[in-house]
Amino acid sequence: MAKHVVAAVSDIPPGTRKLADVNGRAIVVFNLGGAFFALNNRCPHRGGSLFHGRQTGLVESDGPGNYCYSRPGEIIRCPWHGWEFDVRTGQSWCDPDRVRARRYAVSVEPGARLAEGPYVAETVPVTVEGDYVVVEA
Amino acid sequence: MNVAIKDPQTDKIAPARLGVIDCDIHPNMKAKGDITRYLSERWKKHYESYGNHIKQAYTGSMAYPRMSPDTARGDAWPPNGGPPGSDLDFMRKQHLDLYGIEWGVMNPLSPTGQGEQNDELSAAMAFACNEDQLERWNRREPRLKASVVIPYENAELSVKEIRKRAGDRRFAHVLFLSRTSELLGKRRYWPIFEAAVEAGLPIGVHVFGSSGRPMSNTGWPSFYIEEITEHSASLAASVASLIVEGVFERYPELKIVLIEAGFAWIPSLGWRLDQNWKRMKDEVPHLRKAPSEYLREHFWVSTQPMEEAEEPDHVIDVMEWIGWDKILFASDYPHWDFDDPFLALPPSLSEERRNKIYSGNAKALYRFD
Repeated sequence: MAKHVVAAVSDIPPGTRKLADVNGRAIVVFNLGGAFFALNNRCPHRGGSLFHGRQTGLVESDGPGNYCYSRPGEIIRCPWHGWEFDVRTGQSWCDPDRVRARRYAVSVEPGARLAEGPYVAETVPVTVEGDYVVVEA
Repeated sequence: MNVAIKDPQTDKIAPARLGVIDCDIHPNMKAKGDITRYLSERWKKHYESYGNHIKQAYTGSMAYPRMSPDTARGDAWPPNGGPPGSDLDFMRKQHLDLYGIEWGVMNPLSPTGQGEQNDELSAAMAFACNEDQLERWNRREPRLKASVVIPYENAELSVKEIRKRAGDRRFAHVLFLSRTSELLGKRRYWPIFEAAVEAGLPIGVHVFGSSGRPMSNTGWPSFYIEEITEHSASLAASVASLIVEGVFERYPELKIVLIEAGFAWIPSLGWRLDQNWKRMKDEVPHLRKAPSEYLREHFWVSTQPMEEAEEPDHVIDVMEWIGWDKILFASDYPHWDFDDPFLALPPSLSEERRNKIYSGNAKALYRFD
C-alpha cells in the first residue's frame, strides 16, 4: 500500500468531498468537521458513483409515528438506488452485515514531512508550508 | 477486488464493448414547452393557454413525489443544463458510449400527451413527441430507436398515428403506459392492437401513467414505496385482461413487451390463471389454450428493475419459466433505479443466456438495422 497525496487540506473544506484518482482507482475523500474519511467511489450494490450522491443524515424510528434525524452529513446516499453508507466506516445502512463500501486510511500530513517521502504526489503540488490529505491505497 | 471504474469523470480506459441493446432509455426535452415546436398553431396556442390535463389532482407534482428530483439518477443532470435525459452528448458520454450500447429504445414519458383528457390534444402531443424523437435524437444518433407514442385512450386517433409511422424502421414499438383508463384487454383498445400488428410493431407497455384511480383497488397507499411496488400488481391485472378477453385469439401475431414492471410475479400469475381456467373453461370458451401458454408466447419482459432475491437461483428459476428468449435487457437511463449493464444480470448465467438477454432477444423481436 502506497500513501498518496490527494489534496491540500484547504481544497476540501468541512462538509465537502473530493473525488480523487489514485492510480486509476476512484476514491471519495470526505471532510466531516475537520476529520477526513475515504471510501471507494464504487457503490458495492450496483456500481453507482458515491461521489455524485447526496450527503445526508440518519433517519431512524423506534415505531410508527416516531422518527429521529441524527448525524447530519455523515451518510452518503448513492445517486442511483439510494443505498446509504456511513461515511466514517463505509458500512451499508440497509445491509450492514454483508455490504460495505471499501474504506481507506486517511491522514493529514504537513508538507515538510511529505518532502521526505515515501509519498506519491502525482497531481497535487506540495509545498513545505501546507497541510495535505494523504490516502493509503 | 479489481473492478473497472466506470465513472466518466475519472474513467480513462475504454470499456469493453458488450454489444448491449438497451430496451428502456428515457429521452427528455430541455423544457416542457419544447413540445410546442412540433404542434400546429391551433394546438400550440391551446397548450400555451390551457396546458394539459392528465388524470391526477396535481399540476406541478406527481401524486407520489419521488425521493429523487425528476425521478433521476443524482449524477445524470447534464453539466450544460436541462433535465436528465435531455442532452444527447452527455447521454452518449455517460451511457451509450460508456457501456457500448449498440441500439437503444427510447420510451419518452413526459411531455407526451399520453393519458391527456382532451383526446385531440393528446393526439397532437403524441405526434409532436414522435417528431421530437426523430428530429432531436434518432437523426443525430441512429442507435436510438423511437417509440410510436399514441393517444391510447382514443383508439381511432391512435390508429391514425400508428399508420403514419408504419413501415418507418426508425420506430421500434408502439408505446402504452400501464395505467390506462380501463384494463388493457378491453375492446376499446383492440383497434390499436390491430394497427400495431398490421404495422409489424410490438406493443411496449411501460409502467406509470395516471388512470385517475388509485394503484390499489382499495384506495390510495400512503407511501411511494407502495406505489412503486404496486406497478407489478396493476400491470398483472392488465396482463390477465389481455389474455382472458381473447386478444391473442383475435390477434395471434400480437407481441407485448412489459417494461419496468419486474417479472418475478409472472409465473405465479400464470399458475393462478391456469388453475382457475381448468375449472372455469366454459366461462371463457374463446380461450383455446391455458392462460400461461398465451403468457409465454405473447409477452416479453425487460430486466430493469432487476429482481434481487436473497437466493439468486430463485431469479434464474423465474427467468426459466418466462423463457430465455423473452427477456430483454433494459437500463432505465437516466432514472434513479437504473441498472448497470455490466452488473445487472445474475453472475451465474451462461454466456449464451447472457448474450440472448443483452442483445439476441431484442434483435429477434425488433428488426433493427
